[in-house]
Amino acid sequence: MLQINNLHATVADKPILKGLSLTINPGEIHAIMGPNGAGKSTLAYTLGGRPGYEVTGGEVTFYPRHCEEGQIHSGPTRQSSAEQGDSGLLRSARNDENGMDLLDMDPHERAASGLFLGFQYPVEIPGISNVQFLREALNAQRKERGEEPLSGGDFLKLAKEKAALLKMDMEMLKRPVNVGFSGGEKKRNEMVQMGILDPRLAILDETDSGLDIDALKVVGEGINAIMRTPEKAVLLITHYQRLLDYVQPDFVHILADGRIVKTGGPELAKQLEAEGYDAIMEAA
Amino acid sequence: MIALPTRRDEAWRYADLAALEALWPLPAPAAIMVPAGDTLSRAIASKGGVTQIELTLGKGASAAIHLLNGVGDYGRIELDVRLYEGADFTLDAVQLASGEQTMEIVTTVRHLEPNAKSRQTMRAIASVKGTVSYLGKVAVARGAQGTDSVQDVKSMLLDRTATANAKPELEIYADDVQCAHGATVGELDAGALFYLASRGLPPANAKKLMLQAFVAGVFDGAQDDETLTSAALAKLGEMV
Repeated sequence: MLQINNLHATVADKPILKGLSLTINPGEIHAIMGPNGAGKSTLAYTLGGRPGYEVTGGEVTFYPRHCEEGQIHSGPTRQSSAEQGDSGLLRSARNDENGMDLLDMDPHERAASGLFLGFQYPVEIPGISNVQFLREALNAQRKERGEEPLSGGDFLKLAKEKAALLKMDMEMLKRPVNVGFSGGEKKRNEMVQMGILDPRLAILDETDSGLDIDALKVVGEGINAIMRTPEKAVLLITHYQRLLDYVQPDFVHILADGRIVKTGGPELAKQLEAEGYDAIMEAA
Repeated sequence: MIALPTRRDEAWRYADLAALEALWPLPAPAAIMVPAGDTLSRAIASKGGVTQIELTLGKGASAAIHLLNGVGDYGRIELDVRLYEGADFTLDAVQLASGEQTMEIVTTVRHLEPNAKSRQTMRAIASVKGTVSYLGKVAVARGAQGTDSVQDVKSMLLDRTATANAKPELEIYADDVQCAHGATVGELDAGALFYLASRGLPPANAKKLMLQAFVAGVFDGAQDDETLTSAALAKLGEMV
């Protein structure tokens, strides 16, 4: 699904990621934990393609579409659909016959190819309603993939279904994007968006921060319902073990100083919670 | 005014004088009188050139004017407004300048008697080498106590080569008045653009959506709000 190889990235000329490697296969949920300043959010933004996050080395290959059998090194290429147009997404798809060079794609192309970035601090956009924005976003993605746009009625049905899944009032979806939302409501809204956009790979940057206990459970169950399938994958960036009680990770990685320094199973998160980063990193 | 104005003339400082020369001399301004107690609602979509309006609001009269200025090389809308006791004047305007267009709105709002109210809301967007200007004078006459006026001016630049001028001006000869004025010039928020892009919106769509939000509401309640809104949106689509 995603192969990160020796990734280096700088923010304002300051090196943050210093040779990070990580492979995520379809059906897997990975958690990345790490002390403040380790580069967790930088990883998320770099994978999302945020301007200002400059890649200075390494490769990231994304295998969004043909991973149903879990075979990321074979399967059909996107060549057939590439002939339909010469958008950047499809152009990049030709770079590698199996995967796409993620770093060569614009943020909207990454989204259209199946990447979703859940923001730690979702942005407030006054004047644009959630439904209007999401419908435009979804239809822009569908267009990029050569699919028919969704009608207003079908879209509303989908939005209602996903809002109900996250126990979010449909009225909130009609309000301007995140404006006047509490921290928890913003995170819930991120998950509703994820449900509607239906990505292959979700990178969730501290989606659990700002959530109360009940909301955490709803969001955790939402992540499972939307993303826990054999052909999807999740990269959870978190500070706390608590979210992992609801969304059981297959792998837990510790990120420190721009690199993954230790990888383990769910027990690693519990050990971290009990002993702290210092103890575990010294041992590593 | 018989002679062609020059840039030394403050009211014409940002004008496109070459374009003006072809239009000179200007016809007499249109005069609109709203009698005491009456109400006027008028929506004007400029087709370019100079539009001059002299508007008088009698005692307790009210007027709501909506303007869209974005067509032609040079579009200028001038409003000279006289407010008598308790009159209520509202102006909501959108200006859009792309390419090398020059768009300007010049207002003089005279609070001649007590307790009149004026509200001016301006939203302007300029791209490439476009210029948008607002020169707005609020003149409060001696004795016009209880005057309440607001000038809310926001401009957005899409390129570093575009220009926005905003000049709220107050001339007050009374002591019990409220005259608020605010002017901002900004550019689209990069964080919000990335957020929209991360959901799959191509840059042009994301920009258009944000600009739509920026001008949203200005034409609410206008006499011909759908025509104005769709004309503005069409122009925004060309600008991003």
